[in-house]
Parts: sequence; structure tokens; C-alpha cells
Amino acid sequence: MTLQIDQPAGPIGAPPRQPSPGAAPGGAPYAPETDYGTPALAGPPDAAVTIDGRQVQVPAGTSVMRAAKEAGVDIPKLCATDSLKAFGSCRLCLVEVEGGKGTPASCTTPCSDGMVVRTDTEQVSDLRRSVMELYLSDHPTDCAGCARGSCEMQDLAQRTGVAEVRYGLPGSGGEASTATSAPTSSATAVPTLHTHVDGGAARDETNPYFDYDPQACIVCSRCVRACADTQGTFALTVTGRGFDSRIAPGPTDFFGSECVSCGACVQACPTDALTEKSVVSLGMPTRYVDTTCAYCGVGCSFRAEVRDEQTETGTSTTVVRMTPSKSGGANEGHSCVKGRFAYGYAQHADRQMHPMVRDSIDDDWRVVGWEEAISRAAAGFKAIQAEHGRGSIGAISSSRCTNEEVYVVQKMVRTAFGNNNIDTCARVCHSPTGYGLNQTFGTSAGTQDFASVEDTDLVLLIGANPTDAHPVFASRMKRVLRRGAGLIVADPRAIDLVRSPHVQAQHHLPLLPGSNVAFINAMAHTIVTEGLHDEEFLRERCEDVDRYLQFLMAEENSAEQTQRATGIPADQLRAAARAYAAAANASIYYGLGVTEHSQGSTMVMGMANLAMLTGNIGRPGVGVNPLRGQNNVQGSCDMGSFPHELPGYRHIALDAVRDIYESLWGVDLDPEPGLRIPNMFDAALGGSFKGLFVHGEDIAQSDPNLNHVRSALGSMDLVVVQDLFLNETAKFAHVFLPGSSFLEKDGTFTNAERRINRVRPVMPSAVGKDEWQVVCDITTALGYPMRYDNAAQIMDEIAATTPTFAGVSFARLDAEGSMQWPVNEKAPHGTPTMHVGEFVRGRGRLMPTVFVPTTETTNRRYPLILTTGRILSQYNVGAQTRRTPNSTWHPEDTLEIHPADAEPRGIRTGDRVELSSRVGATALHAVVSERMQPGVVYTTFHHPVTGANVVTTENSDWATNCPEYKVTAVQVGVANAGQPAADTSYELQGAGRS
Amino acid sequence: MNGVQVYVPRDSSAVSVGAHEVAAALEQEAGVRLLRNGSRGMLWAEPLVEVVTERGRIGYPNVSAADVPGLVEQGMLTGADVGGCLGVVEEHEWLASQHRVSFARVGVIEPTDITAYAEHGGWAGLHRALSMDPADVVEEVVTSGLRGRGGAGFPTGIKWRTVLQAEADVKFVCCNLDEGDSGTFADRVLAEGDPFTLIEGMLITAHAVGATEGFVYVRSEYPDAIVTLRRAIDIAYAHGYLGADVQGSSLSFDLQVRVGAGAYICGEETSMLDSLEGRRGEVRAKPPIPALSGLFGRPTVVNNLLSFAAVPMILADGGEAYAARGTGRSRGTQVCQLAGNIARGGIVEVDFGITVRELLEGYGGGTRSGRPIKTAQLGGPLGAYLHPDQFDVPMDYEALAEAGAMVGHGGMVLFDDTVDMAGMARFAMEFCAAESCGKCTPCRVGSVRGVETIDRIRGGQDREKNLVLLQDLCATMTKGSLCAMGGLTPMPVTSALKHFPEDFDVAPGSDLADLTPTDSDNLQATQHSAISERSTT
Repeated sequence: MTLQIDQPAGPIGAPPRQPSPGAAPGGAPYAPETDYGTPALAGPPDAAVTIDGRQVQVPAGTSVMRAAKEAGVDIPKLCATDSLKAFGSCRLCLVEVEGGKGTPASCTTPCSDGMVVRTDTEQVSDLRRSVMELYLSDHPTDCAGCARGSCEMQDLAQRTGVAEVRYGLPGSGGEASTATSAPTSSATAVPTLHTHVDGGAARDETNPYFDYDPQACIVCSRCVRACADTQGTFALTVTGRGFDSRIAPGPTDFFGSECVSCGACVQACPTDALTEKSVVSLGMPTRYVDTTCAYCGVGCSFRAEVRDEQTETGTSTTVVRMTPSKSGGANEGHSCVKGRFAYGYAQHADRQMHPMVRDSIDDDWRVVGWEEAISRAAAGFKAIQAEHGRGSIGAISSSRCTNEEVYVVQKMVRTAFGNNNIDTCARVCHSPTGYGLNQTFGTSAGTQDFASVEDTDLVLLIGANPTDAHPVFASRMKRVLRRGAGLIVADPRAIDLVRSPHVQAQHHLPLLPGSNVAFINAMAHTIVTEGLHDEEFLRERCEDVDRYLQFLMAEENSAEQTQRATGIPADQLRAAARAYAAAANASIYYGLGVTEHSQGSTMVMGMANLAMLTGNIGRPGVGVNPLRGQNNVQGSCDMGSFPHELPGYRHIALDAVRDIYESLWGVDLDPEPGLRIPNMFDAALGGSFKGLFVHGEDIAQSDPNLNHVRSALGSMDLVVVQDLFLNETAKFAHVFLPGSSFLEKDGTFTNAERRINRVRPVMPSAVGKDEWQVVCDITTALGYPMRYDNAAQIMDEIAATTPTFAGVSFARLDAEGSMQWPVNEKAPHGTPTMHVGEFVRGRGRLMPTVFVPTTETTNRRYPLILTTGRILSQYNVGAQTRRTPNSTWHPEDTLEIHPADAEPRGIRTGDRVELSSRVGATALHAVVSERMQPGVVYTTFHHPVTGANVVTTENSDWATNCPEYKVTAVQVGVANAGQPAADTSYELQGAGRS
Repeated sequence: MNGVQVYVPRDSSAVSVGAHEVAAALEQEAGVRLLRNGSRGMLWAEPLVEVVTERGRIGYPNVSAADVPGLVEQGMLTGADVGGCLGVVEEHEWLASQHRVSFARVGVIEPTDITAYAEHGGWAGLHRALSMDPADVVEEVVTSGLRGRGGAGFPTGIKWRTVLQAEADVKFVCCNLDEGDSGTFADRVLAEGDPFTLIEGMLITAHAVGATEGFVYVRSEYPDAIVTLRRAIDIAYAHGYLGADVQGSSLSFDLQVRVGAGAYICGEETSMLDSLEGRRGEVRAKPPIPALSGLFGRPTVVNNLLSFAAVPMILADGGEAYAARGTGRSRGTQVCQLAGNIARGGIVEVDFGITVRELLEGYGGGTRSGRPIKTAQLGGPLGAYLHPDQFDVPMDYEALAEAGAMVGHGGMVLFDDTVDMAGMARFAMEFCAAESCGKCTPCRVGSVRGVETIDRIRGGQDREKNLVLLQDLCATMTKGSLCAMGGLTPMPVTSALKHFPEDFDVAPGSDLADLTPTDSDNLQATQHSAISERSTT
């Protein structure tokens, strides 16, 4: 019997029909997002309801409160909010229903056709006033929140007409607070007024971003409900009973609790009990701008809420807080600790504000003006090409920058550089997704949108840890899992999702790193040999079926024969395969545990095969879903940051495609594919590649085999870095061009759902020049004049040349909110679900996926396997998050090791250990944990001082060169006392800290 | 196997006055075959020793262990008229004038003797029900007019019909045995005295609505009832009355006991469901009603034990037989519990329609102290205090409501003239403050403010203003509370002030004595809605 905790929640708000005010240039004066009180219901508006004489049509079952709001009647409320189902506790929203009994709460009263409601009768008004009087008798009288407007109590007191609180007010020691009261003679003692204010509990300020003040709490439980139903962490509860009820994050304070600091409770709280520290110190915002988060591939929509101050030098804008938008297609009003709170890096002292140059990387940096920096870069590239040839320079574009910025970088390479040496960091994470899904389906992207998870019956999660890496999407997934959807987790570690509050995976398959393809083949083999596959789908919609089945049915793919390679007991694997095949809608979600392997592309094709075998394509609730990492990695791939592809994944060798660009750009394009990033390094060491433009990426920390990377960088004549900070790569740079943060950018990001979201500036570029403008200037200085009036024009050019973007423009995005590509005549509003009816390439192609074990095997010298990953509070190389209070949670990378491996080595939690592979070594602190399986160790790569990638190797995916981060043979031992701990050879002299 | 059969109750009320010691003493006597029955509910007579003779079972009241040898010597074991002998117990006026339907076997049999249960008419209702279509079983209960005996008085058959018609993968039957009302003990006595009746009632319910799992939610303060119920369930399983294919039929029903944790509010059905799910006992807003979305979101029948206990007879003898008893819209029998300052307290099961006076002064015999009666509180701590002038009102849902009172779970607590009604009004608020779940503001904050305001009134501080404030507060709690906890707390308060204003130093007949809001029709309406949202049904 499955546990049903909450009822299905409908979508939060109707999609905006007009552009939100926050989409206008400069945004709009601050106002909170409209709150309808209870979630919207799906369905036709079949109930006609009259509220205070106003008629409105709503789906039957919608709450009277919501219908009233839609009719323009604002019923007072405290415990209701439209992101949470109705609770019915504050009793402020009482109404009278004609023909009904009493005064029911409008939040819990469903509308039926013909209902007539009054919200303004004397009886109801009296009740509301009396309820507020009770509330105010236990609320601080000097509430700072009421004064600045972040607490709703004062407003409501006025609206409900409370003139005096006859019970008395806190601090008055029990006297009634009327001006005219004169105590009559009384021999008995005056009874105390019991409150939570006088002598109340102390403020909890332990969380770095928000405070909890129990004295201002009205126990509406919105925070508890948000933590349970929206976030799914269940960190908050109500302790005590009756008047003694108090919200608590468990028996600890906030920082010591299970709270993941997503901010949902702060957003939900109607008083000042939970408030952002930034609001306390800065006050409420005065303006807001709709924009998009710059952290991960979920791409949450946010309202950047700011305060402007006029100074002598102009307007100074301070961000007060980032509030997630309820109308955000990807996040629907939710956020995680990074996007919500960790934006402070944009104003960090480390931020570089000026261009800098130097002749040699051993020199100190010299601050210069833009012109000098740009001509230095251009002149340098030209000189290198003159000496070493056209192909001796190249660029790496950023997966964190906007589509428009990426587009101009690849355009610079193809026009001004005259070659195709352009690549992006997708190389090191999801390039196998691009290859694999292109081969099988015809599109280099996921097949669904995030909302699709609501319709799934079973999730097969492979090599991903969404509660850490895609937390807002993970919350949506957890909601569906709590409602009873099945979960199979294939991961070497017991990730949190395996057993989480009210969520338990039916199967955790702890496969050994490197055995993915054997695993997926065994799943498919089981399904086909047991006759559980979808014959009809295969015959009608796929091709190469017989060749594939012949390969698949070989005994060596069986659960029994692959058991040794995968480490998964055969009966468990068979049970999981049957569950996947039996589900009406089964979906696959995967991450870098699939792609960052020597057979990454093969595995992606294997998963596509599995979906096709069972007919799980082409409708909501199914599909193959890559959880893409960066905020714009999808976009940077879409924009043709590949040595072999122009924007829209069209091969450079195709004449027709080159024609489009050649005629528009007025140059001849090189038809030969250029260098990939690993090739660039090899060529650098070989002496033929000498100049590199690195945009918004830290390859000297995030790429594998760092010693190799650093040697390559060190051997180049010119390295130009455009970034916010002086990162590890900048240590090898000759020209540093300061970048703009996402708060200063005008452009678009594309998330893992192919959803194109607007990024809007709340302030002009802090360094005085937009990033795309810098690139245009360099291109012009190199001899190819490139100019745009604004970023919108860049998107217009993209739309004009790229069929999947044909209908996209800033104006259309402002109107629609966001759109998922393809956006064209057939799909003018975008495409949530792909391959409906037929695949993009026509028929789906079943590719045989032979398991080839990685060459990276353990031996006596390196007997353990290292796999890597990331955690919630830090983001990738930590460039941003390490410069925020998020480091409070994760101040260092640690090595997780199973007791069976730790004990023989004499390692205990907290010991400093040395981690070494055949290419390098580093040291870090150990954490002994049974989350790991024996033989496998794990670390993160957020801190450069650890340099985890010193030990990862050059092994990579055969098709795309995606590095095999997930499998490195290592040895672990207690670090020798007295020896230098980490590999510090990269700490070069004159590394230029300004 | 030979010897005189002697019954000594094992019910905890009898135990509390020495029944175990009496039993031990009797075991020392030669020729005694000891049986431990439930309590007949004649609590004023406990420990009640019954000796089986040819004439019938002869009852000896208030026996103590020290009395035993003497009584035996005087011929108790042959039914001699000694020690205040009551004669044949079943012919005693106090019992004979009752109409024991639900309590027919309580005190008669040993509680976990399944053979005795069957011999005394047990399982007849179940067998008949199993031969009927579920919808017809529901109709039988509708015909009987049975209304929820927990206090809300909602027609039981209609509730069952809703659950029968709901579609779900699993449905539940839950018995609310969180008998928290002061002055009530019928559920406990029945659970400790005749647990198979509950099991049979729940089985019939399960068949009628299509449920396969059931829970008995027992308050933690009833340890003996918990033990007895669990034992009875084990025996029922062993005899094929629970589990798969009950008695060879297609009905499968699993039943288990779950224990509360000291919260009166968990007698309210939705808090009870939350508690069963392992969560805080917090009241849920309705809709949805538990009949459609109850335990774990599935269609659930929640009924009080007394409601289930009426069901076997309804099926065995037919709904019309039950409906033939009673008055107005209150059909069948009510199990009244007489308690407080009362001469003869205990269980009185009679047809609806009997007057309060007949119960309190007739069966109850007036106050135990012998002092004049001042008031009686009906229906538990949230019930109104009646003035003796009102004692001729019949025990009837509608009649009592019209009198500003309520039936509740059948508890009736008597007070003599030493009671301070202002103190009782304060206690009503205090009780609410102690037991409030804390979810809704009128109850959570209002109850605390109610205590403070009444204290000010009693202390003479701004008496007039605070009486007006109390009026507002009572209206707010009555109309605004989420459930009957806060919704009915004003009832004892307002009735105390109305009928006994002198205890508040308020002149009789003064406006200040009337705390009922001006819109009294609405008050009644809200009382009904509050009651229908209330606790055990």
C-alpha cells in the first residue's frame, strides 16, 4: 500500500497573457506577485459564481477565495497562498454562502455552478476583526517588519478595522490597551496576558541568509507546508500543541537542521518571522526586473528585486533579494539556495573591474583601458596566425553566458579567425547527449519539458543526483514520487533520493563505475527476452530493428552474464527491468554519471534504445531527459559552439548551410571541422596551437588531467581570458577582459528543457562594456567589422538563420514569458514534447551498443575507483558560490570512503588523506560513509586548492571526447605528516593577484 | 469443572474498587469456579459479584475482599439474601427497565469467550449481512435511523453509502475509541466487556462499503481496553472471523488496534486520521470529507464504537426493529453514562425519548452528597449546563439542541449546589486551551484569552467591558473555529452565565447574562455545522 501524503496540486498560476510588468526595460515598481490564495485547477471554467454581485467563471472545485480574487474581490487571508493547498487555519477568510450554513472559510470551500457568495456582510466583518484582534494580542507591537512593509499584520489590522486590542497587547503587562480604560478597584491580581512576545524565544540567526523570529510567528504553518509540499525536505515542523505550538527546524537551530536553505519558507511567511537578512538590513525593494538564474540547467525564473539610490555619480542599484517567479515555466515559484541567495559574488571584492594586460605570465598585471586591451588581443592573434598559420588560434565559448554572447564568439572565430576552432564546456559534460540523441532521435536535446514528470508512473534515474545538482526540478520529481510514482536509481552511491522523507526507491542498483552500457544492455535484454517490449512501436516508428535485436539477444547481454561487470545481482536487475516495462508511462532522467565515461555516447544511445523498446516517447510522462548542468550549456550547443557544427547543429561541411552564413556574413567559411578542446591542448603542446580566447570558463580547474591542461596553457603565446574573476585559467593569461554578471546582461539562456528564458539587466554593465560588445570590438580590430545596436538584434540574426529558432525574438519572449525550441510555423509557441507522432529524423534509429569496458581499470597500485560529483551549496568550480556565504556549508572538498576501504588503511573521518592516480596526486580530508560502496571513493571539485582534477585522466568518450571523470583508478592513504599536502606546482609566481 | 460459577468483573472500574482482590479471595474458597465478566454498568454496585443459581444470577453489590469469607459463610454461594443482595441481577429494576441492545452481552459473558458470544446472539448479524448485497446492508442501516453515537449524530447509513459508492484501490473502516469526554466511559466498558460486538460491527461495515482494512484507535489512557481488544482480535483471527475469506465468504478484512498519545482532539475524526497516519493530530479542513478522502486519502468510514455496536442487532433483527424504538428523528437506543456527583452512576441504555430528569433523578438517584442538584452538563466538556428547570427535556438530538444543549456521546455529569459555575466556565476555556490542536486562531489564542477574560470578570476588573468582550469571543469561537473543539467551547460558558449569573456577580435577567449573539438562528445553524464537523460520529 503506497503512502499518499498530499493531494495533487494544480499548476500555480495561469500563464501570463500579456508581458509581465517586470519584462519592460528597467523593470517595474516593486509589487508582490499576485497571490490567488489556493492553487489553480485544470479544466474548463464550467462553474458560474457570483461574489459580492460580480460574476466569474471558474473550473468547478476552485476555491471561493481564488474565484473571488479573479473577480476582483480580495478576501483577507494569512494562512493561504496559491503555491500551497488550502489549510484553513487562520479563519480570516470567512464568507457567507447563500443557502448554506454558517460562515465557512473561503479557502476550503469549493465553487459549484450557481453559487452566490458574500464576503462583506456585517457578520463576516465582525468575525474578521475579532480574529485579527486575537492575532494582535500575541504579536510584537514594535514589529520592524510592519514598519517597513514586509509583514502583513499591520495591513490586515487596518483592513479589518481593529481599533483596539481589548485583551491587551504584549508588553503592557496585562492591562487592556484602550486609551480610556480606568481600572476599576480590584483586590485580585490582574491576570497575565500570555504571549510569545514577552520573554519569548530568541531570534535564530544561524542561517547565513535569513533569520527566524519566533516572536513574530503566527503559526500559520505556511513554512512547514512549503518545506513539505514544495521543497520536499520536511525540515520544519510544529512542536508543542495548542497555544504552545511553535515552528521549529527540528531539535536544533536552522543551520544545524536538515534545512537546505531553499528559501521557500521565507517566501511563504506572511509576517516577519522568517525574513531575508538582506531585507532587514536594506529594507524592502522598490523596483523589480524579471530575469533568469545563472547557476544550473533548471533555469529558474526570478524577479530581481532591487533598491535604487541617487548618488552624485548617478544611480546606484543594490539587489535586495532574488524572488522566484510563480509564472516561471521551469520552476513555478520555487528556487534553491544558490539562485535565491548566492548572488553576492556579483559584488564581491574579487570582481575585476578593469581590463589588464601583461607580456609574460610571470609578470604582474597592468591595468589598461579597453582600447589598449582589445588591440593587444587582436594584434596578438594576428601575429600568431602570421607565424603559425590560420588554424593556430581558437576560442572556447562559455556555457554560462547568454546565447547572444556565445553566438558572437563563434561568429568571431568563423569570420575573423577564419577557422572552426571553437568549442564549449559541453564537451566535458553533455556532449555525448548531443551525439547520442542526435544519432537515435535526430535532436541533440531532451525530449520533454519538466512538467512532464507530473505524468510519469515510474522514474528511472541513472547517474544523476538531482536533489543536489538540480534541486528545483528534484522537488517536482519528489512530489510525483510521494504521490506513488515508482523510482529506480542506478548509481554507484546511495544518493539522497534513494531514501528521503516519504520517498523510497523501489530499486537501488549500485552499479560499478564504468559498467553503464553493460547495465543498460541487460535491462533491454530482459525486457525483450521476457516479451515485455512494445512490438507495435518498434515496427511503426523505428528502423534497424532486426539488426539491433539480433545484437541484443546475445546471452552475454543477460542480467546473469553482466552481473560480474555491473555488480548488480541478476534478480534485482530483472525486477527493475520489469518494473520499467510495466509502467504505463516510464521516464528516464540522467546526468553526468552517464556521459562522463569512455562509452558516454554509447550509453546515451542505449537509453534511447530502452525508451524506444517500450514505446516511452512522444507524450508527457515519458522520454529521455538529460539533466543539463549549466544555465546555458544547452544554448551554447544550440549556438554552434562546436568545431564541426554551425548554429542549430548543422554540419559545417554542408554547402547549403554554409551558404546561409556566407551570404549573410560576407566571408568564405572553412568547411573543415576544427579542433576540440582536448585537441587544442595536444596541439598546443605539439607547438601548432598558440593562441586561445577563453570566455567565461575555468579550464585550468574543471578540465581533467590538470597538469596536462596547465602545461598546454603555459606553452601558448597568447591567452585571452574574459571572466568576472581572476580564476585558475587567468594565471596563464596575457590579456584579461572583465566580464559582466548576469544581473548586468541583456540576452537569453536556454535550460535543459530547451526553454529559452530572458535575462534582463537590473543595472548597466559594471565594467562599462557589454561582453558581446567586447567580442564585436575584437572582431572588428581583427579586420571583420561586426556591429549590433543591441542584444535583441543578435537574436534576430539567430532567428533568421536557424530554423529551430525561426519564431524567436525578444519581443515574442517578452509576450510569451518563455518558449521551448523548435519555435517555427508548425509550433509558433514552442514545443514542449518532441517526437510526437514521428521522430525529428523520421524513424527512431536503434543502435547496437556493445559494451567495451574502460581501459581505466584498477590494479594493485591503484585499487580503488574514484568518481566525482557536485553538491547543493557549491556550484561546479565554485567561482561564484565560494564567494558567497554558501561556503559555510561546504568549505572544502572531502573524500568519501566506505568503512571497508577506510579501516584497512587506518583512515577515520577527519583524517587528511592523499589521493593519487597515474597522472597526479592531491590531498584532502576524509569522510567515512556507507553511502559509498566498497571499492569506490567520491569527491567534489568545488575548491581549487584541492584540485580534484589533478588526478582525473585523459580517458574520454570515443565519439565526443567527453572526459571520463567518473572512472579513475586511484589509491588512498593517510597523508604523510610533514610532506606538503596538495600538488601545488600550479601556484606560479606572479600569478597576478591584483 | 464442578462447583459454583461466580462472576467477578474484570472491568477497570470494578478493578479500581478492588475486584481483583475480591476474585483472589473467592479463589481461596472451596467449590468456586471463578469467571471474569465485563461490568454490567451498575457502577454504584461494583465490585458486583454474581453467583449462578437455578433462579438466575444473584448479585451481591460492593463486595470487598475482606467481606468474602463472611459472605460465603452466610450462604452467598447458594444465593442467600445477605450482604445487600440485589436478587436476580437481570430482574433488578435498574437493569430490567433498560433496553440493552448494544450492551446486551456486557457483564453477561466473559469478554473474550467467543463461544459465549455466539451463544448469546453474536455473529447472527454478520451472517445475515454476508448473505446480502452490500448496497442492501447499507439500506438496512439507513432504515434503522442510526445516527453517529460519537456526538455529531450524522446518519450512519448515509455515510456508509457515500463510501460504498466511492471508487478507490483500498477503503478503510476506523473505529474512534478516543473517548475523551469527561464523564463518559461507555466505549471503555463495552470494549472491555464485549469486544466481539465491535469486531462484528466493523466486519459488517467492511462488507457494506467494500473495505479490506480496519483500525481501532484507542486512547492511550485505556490500557486494559487495549489488551482486551487485541486479545479478542487474535481470537477472531484464529476462528476465521478476521483475515482472508471471513467465514468462507468473499470478505477479507484485517483489523488492528492503534494507540493514541494523550490528545483529546484526536477524538475529532480528521485529527484521529492524521494521528493514525503517524502525524501530528491536527484537524483537517472539510471538504473533502473522510468518506471520500480519509485515511491515507482513501474513502474511510469513521464511526464511534457505540455506532458499530448497534449494527449487529440492526442486521440480525432488521433496521425497522431498531427504528421502532426512539422518538422524533432520534431512533433506536441511546447509551447514557451517568457520572459526577451522582448516587447511582453507570450505564443506562434506553430508547431515545426518556427525559433528563428520569435519568438523573430516576436512575441516578440525584446527588451522591445528598445536597440539592444545581446543574448537569450533558454531552461532555463542550456541552451546555442545564438548569434543573430544563430537566424535563427528552433525550433527543433535536429537542436538546433547541434547549441550547446537546446529546454528545451520552455523558451526563451531575453537580450539587457547592459548584461555582464561574469556575466551571473558566474550566471550559482552560480545557480548550489545554487540548486545542493549535491549528486555528479562534481556538488556539481564543481559549487562552477566554481564561484571562473570565478571570478578570471573576476578579471584578472592568466586569461589564469584559463580559461584552467575552460575548464577542464566544461568537468568534462558535462561528470561526475550524472544528467543534473551539466551536462548542462557548456552549458551557454561555450556558453557565445564562442560567447561573449570580455566580458571576451578574444580576439575573441582566443583558450581560446573555452571551448568545443577536442572530440566534445563525447560532443554531453554526452549532449544527460545528457539530457536523465534530469528533466521533
